[in-house]
Amino acid sequence: MLNFIFKPFNEMTDEDYQLVGFKSGLEIHQLLLTEKKLFCRCPAGKYNFEYNAEILRHMRPTLSELGEYDGTALMEFKTKKDIVYRINRESVCTYEMDDTPPFLINEQALDIALETAMLFNSNIVDELHIARKQYLDGSIPTGFQRTAIFSLNGEIPYKDRKISIIQQSIEEDSCREVSDIGHTRIYITDRLGMPLIETVTGPDMKTPREVAEVARICARVVRSTNKVRRGMGAAREDVNVSVEGGTRVEIKGVPKISTIPLLTYNEAKRQWNLLRLREELKDRGITPETFKAESADVTTLLKRPHYLPLKTAIYDGQRVMCVNLHGFKDLLHWETQTDTYFSKEISDRVRVIACLTTLPNIVHSDSKSDTLTSAEWALIKKHMNANESDTLVLVWGSEMDTDTAVKEITIRAKEATIGIPSETRQALDDGTNGFERILPGADRMYPDTDLPPKQITAERLEKIKKQLPEPIWERENWYRELKIPPDTIEELSIHPLAAVFKEAVEKMKIDPVLAAVVTIQWTKKLKKAGYDISLITDYMMREIFECYSSGIISREGIYLALKKSVELGKFYAELLPKPLTRSELKSIIKREKAYLNDMPLYDKSNYNKLLTGRVMDAVRGRIEFEKISQILDEHDKEAKNGK
Amino acid sequence: MENNNAYKGYRGAALSVLKNFKAPVWSDVDLITPKGTYSGIILPRSEKADDLHIVLKMPIGYNIGILAEAVTDIKVKGQKEAIYKIPEKAFPVDPNKPNIKLLGTGGTIASRLDYRTGAVIPAFSPGELYGSVPELADYCNLDTEKLYGVFSENMGPEQWIGTAKAIGREIDKGVQGIVIGHGTDVMHHTAAVLSFMVQDSPIPIVMVGSQRSSDRPSSDAALNLIHAVKTAAESDIAETMVCMFGPTSDEYGLLHRGTRVRKMHSSYRSTFRTIGDIPLAKVDRNEITPFSDNYKKRRKDRNVTINPVFEEKVSMVYYYPNMQPDIIDSLIDNGYKGIVIAGTGLGHVNKPVYPALKRAQEKGVAVYMTVQTLWGYVQMYVYDTGRDMMELGVVPLANMLPEVAYVKLGWALGQTHDLDKVKEIMLTPIAGEITEREPSNGYLIFQGGIPEVEEFISKYRK
Repeated sequence: MLNFIFKPFNEMTDEDYQLVGFKSGLEIHQLLLTEKKLFCRCPAGKYNFEYNAEILRHMRPTLSELGEYDGTALMEFKTKKDIVYRINRESVCTYEMDDTPPFLINEQALDIALETAMLFNSNIVDELHIARKQYLDGSIPTGFQRTAIFSLNGEIPYKDRKISIIQQSIEEDSCREVSDIGHTRIYITDRLGMPLIETVTGPDMKTPREVAEVARICARVVRSTNKVRRGMGAAREDVNVSVEGGTRVEIKGVPKISTIPLLTYNEAKRQWNLLRLREELKDRGITPETFKAESADVTTLLKRPHYLPLKTAIYDGQRVMCVNLHGFKDLLHWETQTDTYFSKEISDRVRVIACLTTLPNIVHSDSKSDTLTSAEWALIKKHMNANESDTLVLVWGSEMDTDTAVKEITIRAKEATIGIPSETRQALDDGTNGFERILPGADRMYPDTDLPPKQITAERLEKIKKQLPEPIWERENWYRELKIPPDTIEELSIHPLAAVFKEAVEKMKIDPVLAAVVTIQWTKKLKKAGYDISLITDYMMREIFECYSSGIISREGIYLALKKSVELGKFYAELLPKPLTRSELKSIIKREKAYLNDMPLYDKSNYNKLLTGRVMDAVRGRIEFEKISQILDEHDKEAKNGK
Repeated sequence: MENNNAYKGYRGAALSVLKNFKAPVWSDVDLITPKGTYSGIILPRSEKADDLHIVLKMPIGYNIGILAEAVTDIKVKGQKEAIYKIPEKAFPVDPNKPNIKLLGTGGTIASRLDYRTGAVIPAFSPGELYGSVPELADYCNLDTEKLYGVFSENMGPEQWIGTAKAIGREIDKGVQGIVIGHGTDVMHHTAAVLSFMVQDSPIPIVMVGSQRSSDRPSSDAALNLIHAVKTAAESDIAETMVCMFGPTSDEYGLLHRGTRVRKMHSSYRSTFRTIGDIPLAKVDRNEITPFSDNYKKRRKDRNVTINPVFEEKVSMVYYYPNMQPDIIDSLIDNGYKGIVIAGTGLGHVNKPVYPALKRAQEKGVAVYMTVQTLWGYVQMYVYDTGRDMMELGVVPLANMLPEVAYVKLGWALGQTHDLDKVKEIMLTPIAGEITEREPSNGYLIFQGGIPEVEEFISKYRK
């Protein structure tokens, strides 16, 4: 089966993905639209790179219940990073700094979370238990994220099947990384502590396209509450991917759904190619048992290296170490992802764990580019006692960092004989992914002893249920029946005014297409004209639709009424253009005629057009166009009759 | 109580459901409700929580609570009790390194949370400490003794006396430094009382704790312990000190004199501050930097005075406007032998209390005055009211901190009930509890918001 070779992205078929056993699930993070943060009373959503204080912390691994260090924890400790937090006093208090215990959970955030659980048809837990999920990368100053599961076992319809929603948790967001250079990692804390929900789907998606489609549906389900944040970074996906015989690998922080297909393709390809690499190694007789590698200091062999990064390193007094990977000849150039090779897996580990962050950080004898001269390689080869079937990897830096690097190079090479390491990987701009950290286990969960369990009462759920939007798939089916233009269906289904739209169509019997145009296009038109359309309330819209349906305003009047209401921030019946009486219209026509009669018109054939236009301007929104022309005709007749 | 440990923490409805289905805690179960089936391990429940829910640990590590009355069946698949053990590694012995004794009294300096029960399991043996803070072996050979296992607020005369005696024993055995692990809430009370009970120590006595428990990755416990052990092993300062974070950043610790230190924030890491003076020194992993040479120096001998006595009938009264004399009267009527008042301003109480003070004087109760401003001296001559009070036998205690005055009065009355002798003991500085002068940098509370302060603090990590 491993004979299959991944085709280019665009040529892969559903059958190909079936063949490799592609499986993928999503973890969707969505920031909630709340006024304050989740466990303190800092304002939420104040993004700012400016800061007025800094804090330095180090993260120490704590032991799991069995006295074991969590894999990730150990990795982060090996890196020995100084973690620097930048703090803006406007958006961060002593809670986020981990100098004050948590305040009780934000009830507004919990309500929104529970609303989404209902939309996903999930079982809401009876009692919320807040846990601490350890993160030793420093992305949260406490070293853990406060998180709690609030729903389990939901599902959404997709194609002719269901996608399972395994669980949802409510949690505080982490810091944004500013930089990670050498042994210093800097974070900005503005986003820290903001409430978000994580929705986890089953590994039910069978192709990269399906992953993106389901991501889109899930995103729209939560947006249909209209109580979640929008914009850059407000929704982030983690994508889990595996292939037959592979390992669940998590790609973190995918900012755009449109990038998911290529990212998941590349991860599937990477896993497949790593499995093929294992076969190749096996054919060469290299297994976990027979794997051999040794290292040595080769600094003195490289007096004046041809290769610039090495030259600089030696000039700066750094050390150059060489690792000999026995029998690995050409395998560092084994393709893993599109235009990405096994050497990248090694370089990533060296960068992240040994903190050698300046690239290139390794060079190897399989490299096709111009690095060391053949004479230099020969010298090192001799020193290492390497033969033709071996591969040499050079790494340079401080003594401490190169020690770590040598270990990591050996570890990663050996892992190739075992299979695919459990990792979380970072989404990169070109659609490939890079190593971020070892995938943490369940061992990193602790109960949060600072906060009591919280009962979720039936009354609370009842209250939320009363204002729950209908599921988007139900709305969409109905819109299709109504023959709403297909390109507006998705937008309308999660529109803040979707509920009023329904009333307008069902109760007020307004033409569905007109109601859709008003709801979507006319509000957009107002936004374009610089109005704050978030001021349009359900009440405002309902009143306006009602005025239209009872004939008080015309089709055109809807727009004008909407505009006026937004201007004033409130709907007043008095503001509506009063319906035009017949005599009023007649006197307007008379006035406009008089005006035009005084004008020197070069082209008299335009007279009627001009008159209609002027009358229209004067009565806009107060009467339908058809009625105006009807009265104008009557007026003409009367004039001709000599009255 | 038949439910005892098998159904730990469960009461009422939840207990009867678990019993009904024979599912004690630690059972690995499928729990069936009309809403669905939940799999996981039944955890013990906190006794403070309600009696309606069953707590389940799911395979992904999260816990949830399930309404007991909705449970229709529980299928027990097995038992999975967590037996928690801190890994031990033999603490290395190096004959060239000083021998340090760590005395444990409780607190969170070295503990691990049992994540299933929420119980705190102390890591304390040298092996356990080495397993979690291996850096300690860079400074010393460590021996440990668990004197008590109490929360900070339960420390009292019995523990103070026991600790003082233990210090005496260790000095006699020839250790080169002592570290005392202690909860932080009343660490300054213990630091003060040990400063009186243990006098002229030839070696450093360093009290240490943590503001964030050591089961948290960002805990200050390990670094505080490293600083304290370094101080005990290498420092030249032979006094009773508190060693805790200087800033909230993981940068350095401060060594505070035991009689001038106070916990000043309920939760900050840098909560301990020296009041009315400057700290003795700062300490990081590499060096100890004294701020002056005004301290008692380390000696090679093993001489020390241990005076472990304490009169328990001593109280402290925090004065407030409209305080009634019955507060003082009730202390007198209940047989109290000493009262420390934390007065307003320069050391005042209102006139209605005077008759009670007079009565205290007549009954032979020792009454001392300190200031609730914490900084500054009691000065009872400035206003007539102060002079009136002194005539009523109230003795001003200069710039002794109220808590320090409280423990010192207990210690003095433990030695004698002769009020003149008590007064002599109280007014004779033993360990810096009264200083002759307050340096101008002894009172520095930066006011946030002031431009020059903001400019200054922005240059340093908090």
